[in-house]
Amino acid sequence: MIIQLKNSMPASAIASWQPKLRELLRQGSLTLAGLAIFVLCWAALAANLQTSLGQFPGPSAVAVQFNALVAEHQAEKNREQLFYQRQQERLEKNPEAVRRPYSGRPTFFSQIQTSLQTVLSGFLLASLFAIPAGVLIGLSPLCYSAANPLIQLLKPISPLAWLPLITIVVSASYPADGLLSRSYLVSALTVALCSLWPTLINTIVGVSQVPADLQNVSKVLRLNWFRHVRAIVLPSAVPMIFTGLRLSLGIAWMVLIAAEMLAQNPGLGKFVWDEFQNGSSDSLARICVAVAVIGLIGLLLDRLMLSLQKAVSWDKSVQLR
Amino acid sequence: MQKHLELSQVGISFPTPKGPFIALQNVNLSIAKGEIISLIGHSGCGKSTVLNIIAGLLKATEGGVILNHKEVNEPGPERAVVFQHHSLLPWLSVYENVALAVRQVFSGKMTKSQMQDWIEHNLALVQMSHARDKKPAEISGGMKQRVGIARALAMQPQVLLMDEPFGALDALTRAHLQDSVQQIQAELGNTVILITHDVDEAVLLSDRIVMMTNGPAATVGEVLQIDLPRPRDRLALADCPKYNHYRHQVLSFLYEKQRKVEPLPVASAKASQDKRLIKEEARA
Repeated sequence: MIIQLKNSMPASAIASWQPKLRELLRQGSLTLAGLAIFVLCWAALAANLQTSLGQFPGPSAVAVQFNALVAEHQAEKNREQLFYQRQQERLEKNPEAVRRPYSGRPTFFSQIQTSLQTVLSGFLLASLFAIPAGVLIGLSPLCYSAANPLIQLLKPISPLAWLPLITIVVSASYPADGLLSRSYLVSALTVALCSLWPTLINTIVGVSQVPADLQNVSKVLRLNWFRHVRAIVLPSAVPMIFTGLRLSLGIAWMVLIAAEMLAQNPGLGKFVWDEFQNGSSDSLARICVAVAVIGLIGLLLDRLMLSLQKAVSWDKSVQLR
Repeated sequence: MQKHLELSQVGISFPTPKGPFIALQNVNLSIAKGEIISLIGHSGCGKSTVLNIIAGLLKATEGGVILNHKEVNEPGPERAVVFQHHSLLPWLSVYENVALAVRQVFSGKMTKSQMQDWIEHNLALVQMSHARDKKPAEISGGMKQRVGIARALAMQPQVLLMDEPFGALDALTRAHLQDSVQQIQAELGNTVILITHDVDEAVLLSDRIVMMTNGPAATVGEVLQIDLPRPRDRLALADCPKYNHYRHQVLSFLYEKQRKVEPLPVASAKASQDKRLIKEEARA
């Protein structure tokens, strides 16, 4: 009986759906309208803009180049498959033959993959440092007084300033034939160094703002330091920590592109730089594709962090957006 | 009277740029096991300070507190506190909130299933078993306060300290919870120290009412013994001459002997505005 009631949607539920649907439609059409206006303006401006590399690409030119990049990727994949097929045949004939990995040109899509890997490892490294450090600094007024000026000093430093230093340090301390390439390490470390600050600062603030009432609960229960941190401090600071993580990931993605350009890590940054240096008639349109993809991935990363933030936030009265 | 909890010459002062500020002075109180004591007084008279000193959350600068022949130096679960604003951990369910206390106090002394039963028992005591898996944000203010009481009771405290536990609740819910507290106390025989603003609440629940003088340097003004038979029924008491006599005594202490003269906020705001105008004119 109860199950039946649940299954058959009551009229009130349908009625409450309608305004939601209308709101969704309204939002969707407004988004599309905004996008359409942008594309029209872009097309109009691009048609009147002559550059040293020819006409500035409009939407259609960029779409053409996107398809070209997809085709190149397919072609490269086929070539790779053929290479391994041939190698396999050779090995069957002569088991002593040398086995080589395929060393083709990285395509646009493999560059996206490299970029994502680099940014995530840099971000992970930053978080693994920033959260524990933030907890310690936030809990101890002594540590806070010592660390705060340093944090304020290091926070505004541009990735471009760190990069030469990191490059020199990495090439001095890491073998050129190591498991990870130097350019990857340099990019990831630059990302980590520039993106750890929001997480660090938000963790410090979150940890030091545990309500006095909850701290009293912990005192009355005589929780030891570890249990106090685990049961009271960390959960209480989780919303702030995740706000910091989300900001950090946004910065990490921005810094990555610059770092890859200079460190020559085979990701999206290097793609843009190479196309710029290449200077063919297609270059500008290809850079535009990269710019759009960079924006899209940045958006997706942010949405990902937002849903993570929503999932772990216990304070449902705060509207996250 | 068996000495259970004793406050002797308790005082506290806070350092300020103008020298120490004496908030509390010469507080002497001897409380027997199983007694219900109310602390009543105007806001700012240091009721909460007394409670926090007994809880160990504040340290007295003068005198001291002795519980069962031991001096109180730090907070501990044998002096459980029910906070004014429930202080439940918002990320834990009702059950988990009580469980945190039970695990901390009884780990090693109870088996896991014993602990489970004990948590359930305390939730049942405050009639909150039905909401065991709800988060604090999903239940009403009165329910939160019940869970706060269950958490405190689950520590099996020798003294239960309640800091205006029903202050933020509406009158009906408050009456309901007062009855619950009476019932539970009759069952368990805890010593209870309760801070309140509410004269009816004080007379209804207490064995003795401790009336505090106004600060600074607040202290115990009068102690009123309430000799009403238990269980007490609020409806029957409404027409009881003895009850009304007690009520009257508390009221006369608060509004005649310790009358608090405060300037009306509107008038003072206007005065400061006038002063500012005069200053600005002087500058011009």
